[in-house]
Amino acid sequence: MTVAPERNERFAAYAHPERLVSTDWLAEHLGDPGLVVLESDEDVLLYETGHVPGAVKVDWHTELNDPVTRDYVDGGGFAALMSAKGISRDTTVVIYGDKSNWWAAYALWVFTLFGHEDVRLLDGGRAAWQAEGRELTRDRTPVTPSDYPVVERDDTAVRAYKDEVLGAIGRIPMIDVRSPAEYTGERTHMPDYPEEGALRGGHIPAAASVPWARAAAEDGRFKGRAELSAIYHDEAGLTPEGEVIAYCRIGERSSHTWFVLTHLLGHTSVKNYDGSWTEWGNAVRAPIATGTEPGSL
Amino acid sequence: MTSSAPALPPRLAELIEEFAELEGADKLALLLELSDELPELPDGMEPADMEQVPECQTPLYVTVDASDPASVRLHFQAPAEAPTTRGFAAILHQGLDGESREAVLAVPEDFSAQLGLAQTVSPLRLRGLSAMLTRIKRQLRATPVVG
Repeated sequence: MTVAPERNERFAAYAHPERLVSTDWLAEHLGDPGLVVLESDEDVLLYETGHVPGAVKVDWHTELNDPVTRDYVDGGGFAALMSAKGISRDTTVVIYGDKSNWWAAYALWVFTLFGHEDVRLLDGGRAAWQAEGRELTRDRTPVTPSDYPVVERDDTAVRAYKDEVLGAIGRIPMIDVRSPAEYTGERTHMPDYPEEGALRGGHIPAAASVPWARAAAEDGRFKGRAELSAIYHDEAGLTPEGEVIAYCRIGERSSHTWFVLTHLLGHTSVKNYDGSWTEWGNAVRAPIATGTEPGSL
Repeated sequence: MTSSAPALPPRLAELIEEFAELEGADKLALLLELSDELPELPDGMEPADMEQVPECQTPLYVTVDASDPASVRLHFQAPAEAPTTRGFAAILHQGLDGESREAVLAVPEDFSAQLGLAQTVSPLRLRGLSAMLTRIKRQLRATPVVG
């Protein structure tokens, strides 16, 4: 059973307003049958410090990723995970998280790989809920395991692999959503300072720099459609019907951008390159451009 | 561990034992408890005067006061939105604050592996803990020993 989408003036202009819920809507619908609220954070302990009443935690490191191969769980793994969270195939899932919803968007994108129909983001994420002084609790959320079918993961529509990205240079627009210092390659590491990351700095040749944060307003909520269109269409030159590949460091910030392009601006062919810079910047002979210009092959 | 390895400071060894006895969610509960217990900075000490640890994905500041080599004092600052980082800092604080310079320098860089947290927390996140220890040791080595 699914829950009817929120009808909210603020979301009406977006291509798929049903993909967002407001904090007001969530507060009113907590406990609705057919709704499961998931918290997905960068910090693995943040949920435990206090979460939205009735919310269940999902962790990207330990639950969405395969424990051995650098990949996501498979159909069986996802079905088991969903069952443990009390989610059925027709459940409405609302995801929220820390860091302007990076990990919430990431989880939503992984749900998309398995074709889970009704999955939405809480606009503004955990920070918005907290800023409004809404209730957070440390109470354990009881979960009744559900039946979830084994659905084969389909990476073809929204996920790009390294070889595909290599072949796309100069052919398909790419956006690098990391910070400007990561894009230019000036951020390097120092002795004894082991950074999580890559041996080489810079960006994929021809990729344009559009930091993810430009899509977020100061309060962490998404900017309005006109503002988003000015950034991604007028400035970056993307078109809603054209293909585009987004990447960042490990695919979390680019999931945020993927959500903006796909669900708020209605792009029909957006892929997230989740291998991102931790793969590209370590790959032997992968072409790299440095500096502020996109460059070419 | 071989018999020639120096013993860990007793409170750190105790913490490691406590973690080792717990499973999954209970390990996280202990980490949360530690995170809640991380003391505030003493009056007059500001993050601006401290060293930042950028390997932690959230701001963490650490300062080592080694003016008495027999009793090294550690100070940490991390925001409430970063409980894992706070928990790691609390492990080092409870385990090493007040220990001698030599004892802190002798803690193996990879002691965090003994906590058995890799599965619940992920190896990548655990790097933040090793990075904190690295910074503490660098600050210690940079402090001249008087007398």
